[in-house]
Amino acid sequence: MHKESEIRYPLILGDKNYHQITEDVCAPLEGRANKLWYLAFSIAAVAALWGLGCIMYTIGRGIGVWGLNTTIDWAWDITNFVWWVGIGHAGTLISAVLLLFRQKWRMAINRSAEAMTIFAVMMAALFPGIHMGRIWMAYWVFPIPNQFGSLWVNFNSPLLWDVFAISTYFSVSLVFWYIGLIPDFATVRDRATRKIPKSIYSVLAFGWSGKVKQWIRFEEISLVLAGLATPLVFSVHSIVSMDFATSVIPGWHTTIFPPYFVAGAIFSGFAMVQTLLITARKVVNLESYITRKHIEYMNIVIVITGSMVGIAYLSELFIAWYSGVEFEQYAFLNRATGPYWWAYASMMTCNVIIPLTFFVEKLRKNIVYSWIISIFVNIGMWFERFVIIVTSLHRDYIPSNWTMFHPTFVDIGIFIGTIGIFGVLFLLYARTFPVLALNELKTILKSSGENYKKQQH
Amino acid sequence: MKLYGLYNDDGVLVDGAKTLVSKGIKVNEVYSPFPIHGIERIIGVRWTRIAIAGFLYGITGTTLALFGMSYFMIQDWPMIIGGKPNFAFILNVPAFIPITFEFTVLCAAHGMALTYFIRNWTLPGVKAKNPHPRTTDDHFAIELVPEDIKDYSKEDLTSLLKETGTVEVFEK
Repeated sequence: MHKESEIRYPLILGDKNYHQITEDVCAPLEGRANKLWYLAFSIAAVAALWGLGCIMYTIGRGIGVWGLNTTIDWAWDITNFVWWVGIGHAGTLISAVLLLFRQKWRMAINRSAEAMTIFAVMMAALFPGIHMGRIWMAYWVFPIPNQFGSLWVNFNSPLLWDVFAISTYFSVSLVFWYIGLIPDFATVRDRATRKIPKSIYSVLAFGWSGKVKQWIRFEEISLVLAGLATPLVFSVHSIVSMDFATSVIPGWHTTIFPPYFVAGAIFSGFAMVQTLLITARKVVNLESYITRKHIEYMNIVIVITGSMVGIAYLSELFIAWYSGVEFEQYAFLNRATGPYWWAYASMMTCNVIIPLTFFVEKLRKNIVYSWIISIFVNIGMWFERFVIIVTSLHRDYIPSNWTMFHPTFVDIGIFIGTIGIFGVLFLLYARTFPVLALNELKTILKSSGENYKKQQH
Repeated sequence: MKLYGLYNDDGVLVDGAKTLVSKGIKVNEVYSPFPIHGIERIIGVRWTRIAIAGFLYGITGTTLALFGMSYFMIQDWPMIIGGKPNFAFILNVPAFIPITFEFTVLCAAHGMALTYFIRNWTLPGVKAKNPHPRTTDDHFAIELVPEDIKDYSKEDLTSLLKETGTVEVFEK
């Protein structure tokens, strides 16, 4: 058996055995929800309904109901799209990249992070869909034989690359997540005492029996999917950034975008994981599994990716000056000091300055502080996309076109609505799915469990 | 009729399986709540070839994507967009790389997943075969088929299983 050094922190705290892990993880599924859950669910559901109403209003009246104008023809919709896709990046990063690096702490957080990924990508995909105006023609983005003769979609366009990237990312993440869930559903199925839950979990568990060959295939497919998903994570947000970078708008036309967007995506994704899991560990009593150490590890990722984003912001400014192109120079000067200076300042403060406090060990080990910072990062990363998109567009080449962007209630409603739908989905998930990869966790109990570590030494 | 030895520790099961195999008893199957590393070598289960299948699905995707895009963009309906070269594959190929990569991953991942579900026979509506409900919780089971084991009687097998540290031996 694998032995682990004494000085490594245990990943599972308390006196746990295999059965106790099953009990702890299955408890929220089998018990009843508390008042706090109902309260959170009601708030999320109201927001979701408002958002759905605004979406239907948009579809009914056309996107003229948004605050777009001829100068700023891309604003909150694409900001929200990029924000949600970015959030969706942590899940696959945690499960795929950390699996390849054999980071065992991923096991406590990968399931929820992947669930978050899937829900976030669903929210992201909504925005290009409704932005088309005529959503019932959304299938035109795919290269399918059609009634117009041999008219195909434009494979030279990054927008089409994005269609492929997002659909691949969503479907592969979903499959990866579900393959991991099957053995855990089998555990829930075999424990269920009531008839209806048992039959539902039996269907969800796909008849998993835990045979040797099944486990061999499970481990092999997890590894290969991780290997495939790792470059996928990087490619998806690189392609999202190319939606901007391949254009000729000053402020967008920069080669730094792909790495800068990927770092930003991981940064915001981890922040959202932090927001959700710090709450969830408390609500469903999983403090022994999602420990202070896990939170610290995630904070380290946040401070590193945050610093990368910070360097990207500064390089952008430098390169704009160094390029000698006056349009570029103006675009960046205007971002920082123009009418949208407050958005730029919020972005800089939330994304670069505040996360730097995580270099202090005491702060990055503080759970409440980590939660607050994660909210700041979420806000900061939304502003980052807003700054890139709106400030680059609002000063057109012709000064008579200069304008500001004012969101309408529909813009705000749809954004709040997606947060609501996301909340509804996540809260339902937390009540019905095993929120930790409980069977995978059992494999590290003997090497990284607190009680076993004590026995060894 | 199959004979099952139930254990409450994976280490004990591994030792037990080794003992049984050394006596020439074929261990038909092991059921466990999580993967037990090395058990396949002990009971003689071959490693999976699903990764090879994944590679084949992947290169199918690569080929389809490259052929598809060169047909759509160069043969069938060449469009001049932003002055980008579209009359020769070699000049247009850089723009095809992202989708080629995505489509390779798409085919490899979904092809592998389908193969995985079919070869494991884990599909919606399939009935689970694990002998005891706790083999998905904290128990581990060894499955023997007494008819296939000529040298030992069923009683011998039961007592041998008990000696390896089972918590329960049962027939099903």
